[in-house]
Amino acid sequence: MEAKMSLSLNNFIQLENFGHSLRAPSYRFRPTSPEEICEVFQLADKTGLTVTARGAGRSYNDAALNGGGIILDLTAMNRILEWDSATGLVRCEPGVTLEQLWQRVEPEGWWPPVVSGTMKTTLGGCLGANIHGKNNFKMGPIGEHVVGLTALLPTGAEITCTPKENIDLFYGMISGLGILGVFTSITLQMKHIESGLLEVHAWPAHDLHEHLSLLLDNAPNYDYIVGWMDTMNGGKSLGRGQIHAANYLHGNEDPNPQKTMQLNNQILPPRIFGVFPKSILYLFMMPFANNLGWWGVNTAKYVASLRRSVFRQSHAAFHFLLDYVPNWELSYGRGGLIQYQSFLPKETAEAAWREMIDLSLRRGLPSYLGVTKRHRPDKFLLTHAVDGFSLALDFKVTDSRRAKLSQMLQDFDRIVLNAGGRFYFAKNSETSAEAARTFLGEQTLLKFKELKKRCDPNNLLESDLFRRVFE
Amino acid sequence: MSNYPKPVSATPLNPRRRGIIIGASDGIGAALARRLAHEGYTLALLARRKDKLESICVEINQTSNEQRARAYVHDVTEYEKVPELLRRIVADLGGLDLVVFVAGVNYPPGGIDKYNFENDRKMIEINLIGAMAWLTPVAEMFQSAKAGQIVGISSVAGDRGRVGNPGYNTSKAGLATYLEALRNRLTRHGVNVLTVKPGFVQTEMLKAAQGPTPFMIPPEKAVEDIWSAMKKRKQVVYTPPIWRWIMLAIQLTPSFIFRRLSF
Repeated sequence: MEAKMSLSLNNFIQLENFGHSLRAPSYRFRPTSPEEICEVFQLADKTGLTVTARGAGRSYNDAALNGGGIILDLTAMNRILEWDSATGLVRCEPGVTLEQLWQRVEPEGWWPPVVSGTMKTTLGGCLGANIHGKNNFKMGPIGEHVVGLTALLPTGAEITCTPKENIDLFYGMISGLGILGVFTSITLQMKHIESGLLEVHAWPAHDLHEHLSLLLDNAPNYDYIVGWMDTMNGGKSLGRGQIHAANYLHGNEDPNPQKTMQLNNQILPPRIFGVFPKSILYLFMMPFANNLGWWGVNTAKYVASLRRSVFRQSHAAFHFLLDYVPNWELSYGRGGLIQYQSFLPKETAEAAWREMIDLSLRRGLPSYLGVTKRHRPDKFLLTHAVDGFSLALDFKVTDSRRAKLSQMLQDFDRIVLNAGGRFYFAKNSETSAEAARTFLGEQTLLKFKELKKRCDPNNLLESDLFRRVFE
Repeated sequence: MSNYPKPVSATPLNPRRRGIIIGASDGIGAALARRLAHEGYTLALLARRKDKLESICVEINQTSNEQRARAYVHDVTEYEKVPELLRRIVADLGGLDLVVFVAGVNYPPGGIDKYNFENDRKMIEINLIGAMAWLTPVAEMFQSAKAGQIVGISSVAGDRGRVGNPGYNTSKAGLATYLEALRNRLTRHGVNVLTVKPGFVQTEMLKAAQGPTPFMIPPEKAVEDIWSAMKKRKQVVYTPPIWRWIMLAIQLTPSFIFRRLSF
C-alpha cells in the first residue's frame, strides 16, 4: 500500500475537460476504498500538494482539473451497494455512473429522478455540481432526491448527512464541487415508472417570446420540457426553435410495459440505419463545425421542426442526447468547445437573451447550439437555479477567436448579472470570482468558507475551479 | 507549501503556458525569460544568485502587470534536491509546458598547454550532470503527460574537440548527445526537444573567452532565434544561423589538418 501511494511520475498524466478545451497535468490516483482515499489525503499533506476529486470528467470547465496537483479519480469506486426494487432506494459508491444506475433499475420499473444530458456522469460528480435535468421545474436538482450520504473529510473524519442530520453539510456538500469532502456512498430515491416509453410532444417556436411562453405555459402539464434554439438567426425570428415536452405513460397507455422496460428497448443503437457506425460519425461532422456549416444545420433543423408531432420514445433516447453521437465534442476540432449557460428569472430572461444573441451575431461569434429549460429555485448552498429559464450556448474555441470570445462572455456576464441571473459551475469556464460573488452573495460565500474551514482546515481539497472562483 | 501566491487558473479562453528556466539570472536565460513572459508564459526562474533573480522577476512582473515570474534559488549541482523542487514548481505554476536548461559555466584552462581537472570537473558537473539531473525527471513527466517542450542550450563548442578548452567541449558535446537521445525517446510521445547551439553571445561567460569572437550577437538576438525555433518545434538551431555552415566546415575538416591548428 505504501509503495502505491507515492508520487510516481508514472501517474503524472494530462487530463482534459469534457469540451477538450482545457488540459492540466496531475498525479492521478484511483482509490478503491475510503481507506485509500485517506492515504491520498495523507500523501497530499506530506508533499504539500492539493487534491481534486474527479469522476467521469464530464464537466465543461476546470471543476475536475488540478494542474500540478493530485487527482482523486473515483471511477474505480463504482459498486451499486444496495438496491431495493420494492422501495426504489439505491445506495451507490460515488463512481457509479448514471448509465450503470438506470440500466440496473429501469427493467424493474424505476428511473433516476434527475439525469443529465449524458449518462456517462458519475453520481459523485452529479452531486458535486448538483445537476438538473429537463424536469428541474418539477423535480428540482438531483440533491432533492438524496436520502442520505456518507463522505470522507480531509481531516480523516467520515460523516453521515441527510436532510435532517448534518443539515448544513448536506446542503453544502451537494453543490459544493467536491471542495468540502469526498462522497463515499450516496443513497438515492428512484422514481417509479409504469412504462419504458415517454409520450413526447414537439412544436415549433417562431421567436424568442413564443419560445419562452411555450416553456412557461406548458411546463405545468408535463413531466419534462426542453427547448432547442436556433441561435444563428437574428432579427424577427431571433430565438426561434422547437419545444419538446414529455410525459410518463400511465396505466394501460402502454399495452406492453414489460417489453418497453427491457434494456434492449432502451439502449441507443450503435449504428445508423443498422450499418453506419456512430463511433466515427463525429469525423463527418468536423467539416461542418464552422459558422456556415452550423448555420445550415440550424436552419434545416428549424424547417424540419415546423410540423407539430407527437411520438413515443424510450427514456434513454429522450434524455441522453449527448450520447447519441459518441465523441461529438471532438468534432469541434483542436481548440474544443466551451459552454455558456445562464439562468435568468422569467421576468428578465427575454430581454437579456435577446441582447446576448444579438451581440453574438453582430460580433460574428454565434453559438452553434442553444438549449433552453424551465427551472425553479432550490435550497442548496451554491445553487444555480432561479424561478425562470436557462439557456445553454455552445461556442467553438479557436486560436483566432479566443480574445474576442473572452471579451464577449464578459459582456454576457454583465448582462446576466444585471438581470438577476446565475451561473452553473459544471458548465461555464470563464466565470470570474467577482461574478460569482455577485450572484452567490457575500453571505453564501462566508457560509461556504466557514464550512470549508470546518471540513478541510489544511486546504487539501482544491481544484482549478476553486482557485479561479473562490480565492 | 510554497510562499508564492496561487497560480492564475487557465481557462479555455485564457490558456496559460508554464515554463521553467534553469539559469535565468543573466545572459541568454534572463533574455529568454523576458521574451517568454512577453509571449504570455508564466515562469519559474532558477539561479544561484538570489538578488539578480529577484530583480528580473520584479522587472517582468511590473512590465506584464501580473505575477508572471517567480524566483527559486537553486544550485544545479545539488542534484538530490531537483525532484522535490520540480514537483513544487509544477504545483505552484499549475502545470508545465516547457523546461529550458541554460545554466552553464566556462573555465578555459588559459592556454593550449595548460590542464585543470578541477575546472573540467566543475564544467561537467554543472553543464552536463546538472542538465541530466533536471531533464531526467522532466522527460519522465513529459513522456507520461504526452506533451511538453524541452530546450537545452548546448554550444557550437560541442561540435568538435579543440585544443583550447577540452573540458568545455566535452560538457557541451555530452549535453548535445544527451538531448538528441531524449529527442529520440520523446518525439513519439509528443514532446519536442530543441538543442540550441549558440556561437559567441555577449554575456558574462564570454568575458572568459580568449582570442577573437567573430559573429558576436547580443543575447536578445540569440533569444529571437531560439523563440522562432521553439514555435516551429525544431530539433536543432544554431544562433546566429551562420554557425551551422561554419561548424559544418569545421566538422568536415580532416583530423590530420585539424590537429595541426591552434584553433
